[in-house]
Amino acid sequence: MTYSAHFRIWRGSAAGGSLQDFDVDVSEGEVVLDIVHRIQATQAPDLAVRWNCKAGKCGSCSAEVNGRPRLMCMTRMSVFTEDEAVTVTPLRAFPVLRDLVTDVSFNYTKAREVPSFAPPEGLAPGEFRMQQVDVDRSQEFRKCIECFLCQNVCHVIRDHEDNKPAFAGPRFFARLAELEMHPLDTVDRRKRSQEQHGIGMCNITKCCSEVCPEGIKITDNAIIPMKERVADRKYDPVRWLGARIGRRGDGGAEV
Amino acid sequence: MGEHERHVYDVVVIGAGGAGLRAAIEARQRGMRTAVICKSLFGKAHTVMAEGGIAAAMANVNSHDDWQVHFRDTMRGGKFLNSWRMAQLHAQEAPQRVWELEAWGALFDRTPDGRISQRNFGGHEYPRLAHVGDRTGLELIRTLQQRIVALQQEDFRQHGDYEARLRVFAECTITELLKDGPRVAGAFGYWRESGRFVVFEAPAVILATGGIGKSYKVTSNSWEYTGDGHALALLAGGSLVNMEFVQFHPTGMVWPPSVKGILVTESVRGDGGVLRNSEGKRFMFDYVPDVFRAKYAETEEEADRWYADPDSNRRPPELLPRDEVARAINSEVKEGRGSPHGGVLLDVSSRLPADVIRRKLPSMYHQFKELADVDITAEPMEVGPTCHYVMGGVEVDPDTEGAVGVPGLFAAGEVAGGMHGSNRLGGNSLSDLLVFGRRAGLAAAAWVESLAGDSPAVAADDVTAAERTALAPFRDGTADNPYAVHQELQQTMNDLVGIIRRAGEMEEALDRLERLRKRAAEVAVEGHRQFNPGWHLALDLRNMLLVSECVARAALQREESRGGHTREDFPKASAQWRRWNLVCRLDATGQVSVDRKPLASMPPELLGLFERKELASYLAEDELAGLPEQPTGGGPR
Ligand SMILES: Cc1cc2nc3c(=O)[nH]c(=O)nc-3n(C[C@H](O)[C@H](O)[C@H](O)COP(=O)(O)OP(=O)(O)OC[C@H]3O[C@@H](n4cnc5c(N)ncnc54)[C@H](O)[C@@H]3O)c2cc1C
Ligand code: SF4
Ligand code: SF4
Ligand code: FES
Repeated sequence: MTYSAHFRIWRGSAAGGSLQDFDVDVSEGEVVLDIVHRIQATQAPDLAVRWNCKAGKCGSCSAEVNGRPRLMCMTRMSVFTEDEAVTVTPLRAFPVLRDLVTDVSFNYTKAREVPSFAPPEGLAPGEFRMQQVDVDRSQEFRKCIECFLCQNVCHVIRDHEDNKPAFAGPRFFARLAELEMHPLDTVDRRKRSQEQHGIGMCNITKCCSEVCPEGIKITDNAIIPMKERVADRKYDPVRWLGARIGRRGDGGAEV
Repeated sequence: MGEHERHVYDVVVIGAGGAGLRAAIEARQRGMRTAVICKSLFGKAHTVMAEGGIAAAMANVNSHDDWQVHFRDTMRGGKFLNSWRMAQLHAQEAPQRVWELEAWGALFDRTPDGRISQRNFGGHEYPRLAHVGDRTGLELIRTLQQRIVALQQEDFRQHGDYEARLRVFAECTITELLKDGPRVAGAFGYWRESGRFVVFEAPAVILATGGIGKSYKVTSNSWEYTGDGHALALLAGGSLVNMEFVQFHPTGMVWPPSVKGILVTESVRGDGGVLRNSEGKRFMFDYVPDVFRAKYAETEEEADRWYADPDSNRRPPELLPRDEVARAINSEVKEGRGSPHGGVLLDVSSRLPADVIRRKLPSMYHQFKELADVDITAEPMEVGPTCHYVMGGVEVDPDTEGAVGVPGLFAAGEVAGGMHGSNRLGGNSLSDLLVFGRRAGLAAAAWVESLAGDSPAVAADDVTAAERTALAPFRDGTADNPYAVHQELQQTMNDLVGIIRRAGEMEEALDRLERLRKRAAEVAVEGHRQFNPGWHLALDLRNMLLVSECVARAALQREESRGGHTREDFPKASAQWRRWNLVCRLDATGQVSVDRKPLASMPPELLGLFERKELASYLAEDELAGLPEQPTGGGPR
């Protein structure tokens, strides 16, 4: 059941590059990453590509396949017809390093700007008690494999490079929501969600949720509730305080 | 060498999986300026793939559990070849290490009373694995990653620099350790992105590089698993222990070919999944070895009752230690009772309701649906053994993880040997990473402090030599391509030093490895140094070949079957062989030598945790003399 597929892979560096054509064998059950590896092993040994687990667990192999942001290891060749050319290009929102490898350091920078989890003072390890229903919500966001496909697809940064400093992106809105909804976290991150992380710039297009390989409902379950909480804080701080007494103040801008 | 990028640290950790990150956190918390170096992006190390859970006797689900029971299970799983001291420290400290993760933000699945839930796993007497669905490794690595970020935020507040005392060097590969006399002095490597070289100077280096699975064709391991740390330790004058013991996980995917080897977590069986052959028979009942007979159900009815009432029933034989299950599957397939694509059938669909399967095993559901068009809530999975884990590793001091023979070098996690003996229990790796990662960080900090400024120095010649070695594959000519050599290596190890071993085949493997080593020394790569996977693989080949040779040589020498080492020509375990570890070193000419070294004997208070009858199935007559008839501690058995 082998056939020959036509691949077009972007090759180049920050200085520029172009699509290169490859004809390559495809066997039953293979995924795009298998084919890229075959090209590497037989035709272009220096073709740069990131990958790790080959099972959709590590979030390394993100690229755009026929223009759609995807994990190459979870994109089966059977979704294409045999005579369809398969075009693989690097993530567009991040600077290219080489071929399919991009500089994703933006995301690590943003990660550092989110104030860390802070449990109540004096609660010793081993004494944490939380109900499953109360951790369900945050667990959804902790499924994130940091593939950054959502970051890549979000038009706020995809089309506007200059927004990057002021916008953390959907991955980190999910992180903020995760901490905000953690039953034992004591920091209030609502003010900075708006002021430092730019959640207000999101106009709920849901493109991020659509590409998330983990099926995290980023917009519905993280961003919208966060926006509501931010608004809540703005308009009715007393009610919020009543509900979450004992929490420390806003995470502040110093981290 | 002046032109290379240089960094000076107190502690350099090579590897950013569970062990490396935990070590780095500890070293930094002890005030050391610490660097973490890894081949992948931060947060992507192999640990991320772990599924089932972290073993720790917290006794949240069954109150009978305690460290002694965990210790006993670990020794049984390793067929008594474990470093007893490591197994003891591991069992004692694992609960603290898991609780600490929770304080750093981990969100494990909960029990009804709000504590960390624990699940059953092969070889563990009680439900013991803390987990998050079937993505526990992701939770572990993300939590440690976020702890590192928290420490960096602390530094930013104090010093205005996130990286003042803890920095991650991602996509940077170490190719050599540097020494000053007998002591470790640093490490040499290249940035994957630019291909430029970088020198780290540090009096303490912790190896946390993981395993060796990429030397095998069918494996659950990723490209990172090229045995780098194992080889670096050997080349630096250290030794490797237990290299003949390689774990083949019983359940890897077998179809389609491109996913062959990808892991199917043991939780499938822990949560109720059963193994059947092509005749529909639950064959594992026929494969319960005598040493385990008393602990495992004899009928399907009893086995099925166990899930709801584990106190008055014995567990299903599907939950035997991995080596037993892998061998059983191998035999069924060989005797013609395999599934269409050469595996056996693993079924949860007839055992649990579809929604429970989707909730408890979400990534398995996903994985089969996406990669194999199989709906595991409606039909069985086809599974077969896959190379999964190496028990062997750097020989270390059990308390400090200091590498034997190389002051300043430490090793923790899968790259270290001893803890798991001849076979690792599921869930005992993630706990191992945390327990010994922390201990290595602690001991490295103590070592640096003890030097009181008398730091070793990196020699210019060593750096020049390291550079020359690294650049060698950019040679002209039409020599081999590294991918071809790698494929042959994988085929050789798979076919000749795999799950069932024979002397003649291993000798042939050694011949082939010798030839491959010559070819590897001549491979040529195209292109330039910027993110060039062909070049990276060419450099990895040295490590894979060295480590493969250790596996083959040790396996040839050990004339018995035990845990992850099965000899067709010596099918039984030998009480005499149990007394020996096999230790691999490089001799002066760069050849691998294998020596016997007596195993440390267990102190009486730990021996007392076992019944004499059980000990008699492992130990030799003279070792049993003088032991009491009845066990002297450790709760119900
Ligand atoms: C699919 C799968 C599922 C598993 N499930 C479980 C489970 O449920 N429970 C359990 O206990 N165990 C499980 N295991 C085993 C366990 O995950 C591993 O043994 C463990 O994660 C190894 O961790 P580590 O910290 O030693 O190394 P790793 O996490 O593998 O990290 C190694 C690090 O070293 C770096 N490195 C390697 N070489 C170099 C070099 N030359 N230079 C620089 N950096 C280098 C790598 O980049 C990486 O960062 C599983 C394994 C697999 C494959
Ligand atoms: S929903 Fe918001 S964050 Fe998500 S892609 Fe749209 S604008 Fe970006
Ligand atoms: S939220 Fe989803 S798409 Fe975004 S980084 Fe995480 S896993 Fe990827
Ligand atoms: S390689 Fe890990 S997600 Fe694709």
